[in-house]
Amino acid sequence: MADTVIRSEIAGKVWKIEVPAGGRVAADDPILILESMKMEIPVNAPVDGTVTEILVAEGDTVAEDQILARIG
Amino acid sequence: MSAKVLIANRGAVVPRVIESCRRLELGVAVVHSDADAEGAWLDLADDVHALGGEAPADSYLSIPKLLEAAAATGATAVHPGYGFLSENPAFASAVRAAGLCFIGPDARWLEAMGHKTEARRLMAGQGMPMGASSGLLGPDAAEARAAAAAIGYPVLVKPAQGGGGIGMLAAHDAAELDKALERARTMAARSFGSAEIYLERLMERPRHVEFQILADGRGGAVCLSERDCSLQRRHQKVIEEAPAPGLDRAEVTALGDRIAGMLGSLGYDNLGTVEMLWEEGAGFAFLEVNTRLQVEHAVTEEVTGTDIVAAQIRLALGEPLDQVLPRRPEVRGHAVQARIYAEDPVRFLPSAGRLSRFKTPVAEAVRVYTGYREGGRVTPFYDPLVAKVIARGATRDEALDRLDGALAGFVVEGIKTNIPFLRRAIGHPAFRAGRVHTGLTPEILASGRQPPEKNIPRGIPQKKRGDVPWPTQ
Repeated sequence: MADTVIRSEIAGKVWKIEVPAGGRVAADDPILILESMKMEIPVNAPVDGTVTEILVAEGDTVAEDQILARIG
Repeated sequence: MSAKVLIANRGAVVPRVIESCRRLELGVAVVHSDADAEGAWLDLADDVHALGGEAPADSYLSIPKLLEAAAATGATAVHPGYGFLSENPAFASAVRAAGLCFIGPDARWLEAMGHKTEARRLMAGQGMPMGASSGLLGPDAAEARAAAAAIGYPVLVKPAQGGGGIGMLAAHDAAELDKALERARTMAARSFGSAEIYLERLMERPRHVEFQILADGRGGAVCLSERDCSLQRRHQKVIEEAPAPGLDRAEVTALGDRIAGMLGSLGYDNLGTVEMLWEEGAGFAFLEVNTRLQVEHAVTEEVTGTDIVAAQIRLALGEPLDQVLPRRPEVRGHAVQARIYAEDPVRFLPSAGRLSRFKTPVAEAVRVYTGYREGGRVTPFYDPLVAKVIARGATRDEALDRLDGALAGFVVEGIKTNIPFLRRAIGHPAFRAGRVHTGLTPEILASGRQPPEKNIPRGIPQKKRGDVPWPTQ
């Protein structure tokens, strides 16, 4: 089955990666925290699974719709 | 009076401060970051200084760069606006050390009131009504659990040197508390440079009511009016009004006078806002003192006929309070402000982008402030405030109707805004009835009521620049 792609809904900065590649997540767990307009926006897992790939690093600037991670 | 004021800030507060500087016939210098090179406030000043940088740390939070801007523009005074360095004692001290006038309270007040547990201690000593809270918490989780049990769940974990709702987390039991402590410490350290936290009793459906104080540092202090700022999202205010609806006028006025007396007897100076929570049956409980101009100051201006920014400047330049404000103004009519944020109107997710269209309304008894213009960029670097709109009326309903009309008159394309949420809030039966509290936002979102369609009058003549919307004192 194809991995679930996690995209950024906002333009901002990666503040903290909560779950590294290889980590297990449950649906609604935060995978990483973005920062934008002085707010912290958690990016939550849509499904249970394993984070197969994290495509950004802490401190990176991200654009809206940019792929952040994949869950398998 | 002679001074040239550097406004060490960006966005909607800059045109507002310029308005009062012009009324006082003072020169104005402004600054901007690289991200704000198209800021609408740049056209309004005598001098413009580029700070460089985009992130706040490289621009509006850089004390050396701001002092350099003051020197380069020949400024003799600095207005810090709100946010950024407005409550930073090191900045106030550096401004004064450079021989300039800091338009705000003395650095010792920024220091004392900026530390929440110290502010609570100071104000409790003056007889301020207080809710249950802990002192500063050490690293021992058992100590925090014992403190929470003594206060009684639910509790709110708060950064001791915080603000803006950042790092505030609710805990309804010991397990939630353990998680909240760790997260709040991390957020506090990152946002405020201090991991100190403490606990307060969490009121579930309180109202946020605050008192606007002017003071001269010589014992003179006056409360202009209270404001209700209960409608919030993410612990940040969205709609504010004066006076607070539905409260006992005599009780609120008496408390405002008592608070002014407390700050006067401490020798507090310039201006400040004492934030309180109010809960049915429990009454008022102190939250904090904000030692700066507030975003929502204009609703108090509208109901008291006082130019608060001009008063702040005159007090900073050394005038006594009885000269700046010969008598306490009466509260007349009603005023309400809405903050237009660059965000999705349902989930409140930030929305950055270029303003392909941006038109603000012009209407009777309505004021609009913005730092943006058509074609400008709303970036992720700064807070999401795009504009604030203030409406006055003889009654609360009239003020709300005018505000709704003004909101309907905005044209914003290229980003999402919370205008649909604001209009829904204004039309919500509980809000209309004055039954406001800090937990009302989810109820409004759940109500699904669409804003009423209104015929917005068009073709209202543009106010002449310099036209004064309220009588100057």
